[in-house]
Amino acid sequence: MTALPEKTERTLGLVIDLDTCVGCHACVVACKGWNDQGYGVPLSDQDPHGAAPQGTFLNRVHSYEVLPESGPAQHVHFPKSCLHCDDAPCVTVCPTGASYKRVEDGIVLVEEEACIGCGLCAWACPYGARELDLAAGVMKKCTLCVDRIYNEALPEEDRVPACVRTCPAEARHFGDLADPESDVSQLVAARGGLDLMPEQGTNPVNKYLPPRPRDGWGEDTDVLAPFLEPVAEEPQGFLGWLDRTLGKL
Amino acid sequence: MHPAQSIILFTTLSGLGFGLLIWLGVDPTPPTGWVAFVFYAIAYALALSGLAASSFHLGRRDRALKAFRQWRTSWLSREAWLAALALGVSGLHALGLLFGIALLPLGWLSAALSLATVAATAMIYAQLRTVPRWYHWSTPILFIALSLSGGALLSGRVEIASGLLLLTGALQFWVWYDGDRRFARSGTTLASATGLGEQGVPRALFPPHTGSNYLLDEMVYVVARRHALKLRSIALVFMVLLPVLLLQLPMPHLFGLLALACHLAGVLTARWLFFAEAEHVVGLYYGKR
Repeated sequence: MTALPEKTERTLGLVIDLDTCVGCHACVVACKGWNDQGYGVPLSDQDPHGAAPQGTFLNRVHSYEVLPESGPAQHVHFPKSCLHCDDAPCVTVCPTGASYKRVEDGIVLVEEEACIGCGLCAWACPYGARELDLAAGVMKKCTLCVDRIYNEALPEEDRVPACVRTCPAEARHFGDLADPESDVSQLVAARGGLDLMPEQGTNPVNKYLPPRPRDGWGEDTDVLAPFLEPVAEEPQGFLGWLDRTLGKL
Repeated sequence: MHPAQSIILFTTLSGLGFGLLIWLGVDPTPPTGWVAFVFYAIAYALALSGLAASSFHLGRRDRALKAFRQWRTSWLSREAWLAALALGVSGLHALGLLFGIALLPLGWLSAALSLATVAATAMIYAQLRTVPRWYHWSTPILFIALSLSGGALLSGRVEIASGLLLLTGALQFWVWYDGDRRFARSGTTLASATGLGEQGVPRALFPPHTGSNYLLDEMVYVVARRHALKLRSIALVFMVLLPVLLLQLPMPHLFGLLALACHLAGVLTARWLFFAEAEHVVGLYYGKR
């Protein structure tokens, strides 16, 4: 079971737009909310009201600053969850077969009843996408909301991952990345979607759209500049006398 | 990586135990009767207490036996199978020796299985591309070298143990030297981790959460690195130099035992460093590398 499938029928995943993400963490909250009551054991918190609270999350938003060669620094919000890799190293290291990649849609899942909580899959993941739930002792990870996307009890517009549904900036997109005609594939092609850590050889399914270059201050944009010109280049009156006198010293 | 006591004890003790089983297995004139019983009892006590310690690293110990299921792909699963087979075959060999019957081919098989067990234990770490310090051929070689020298020491092979200890010490020294350069050589940086390298030089601005989490506790362990040089020196002195000196003294039983105690303390220190110094690439996302 922990052998990876040669090929999956579909390749479902996310495309995350670093240009439009505003870093509001709504996807983090929506993910925690949905997955607290859906697939598998709830996402526990430790010491939630104490001095050092922490908990299990399947999605987290980092923030980075990028300093270009010229021009101002840019602030990039960076949501990160499981990338459902084609060559997922977390799956092959699993001793029990609890970790697996689905043939039908490529989603990487954990069968929690078979998980012994050894943590080796979390060590094998370069992205930090897996977190051991400290209350249940089993590994938790993004399920791509497998209990939403095929759920016919939900209205059709809700049959997407909770993070995608909730994103107010529409920075998260969900679809089949193996189908070149799908919206997500077109988006990746148009915007130059990137793999994270390609040198790790994981072949991630999720793609990241890099931030677009920022506008510079061209000459014609500075419409107020003529009105802000100094009225007098040379100081007059007393200040002028002071300036000339001090200059002679 | 977080240096958990359970896996430090596991790799150290079972490494010693299987090392002793290797030497007992290849011995052309193996001990018999009560002497064989004592040697095998020591080897089993070490190997089994190591394996028992490893189970304390599990989130769900009640399901530990499921770890035997995926031997086709998982080194952890292979390690479990090889350990069980090595202990089983060694047990048969030992049973013969207790009654004075030495079935040498059975001994060779038990030695080969014990060697493979140590190699499989090391491969659990060496397979992880996410930890460049471990993702290297030297990881299984060092584990095997330590196991062989410890086993030689335990089985009272003075000349072999002295030679192996010196070789292992030299290898360990080089592994530390080279290991310090492997993260940079791996080519994984914050730029490749975020894909932002095209735009400029990325820098972690603020973390996704104010507290800690499993990832930071488990894989971004940075405490006590500043003492690394001192600890490396202590490890090398206790693991190699003191045992080699003590082995050259008369009264082999007294000083041999002392050499063994020093070696064990040294290996435990080196194993602590093996985990504590290992840098996981996920630390890059948190600006910690």
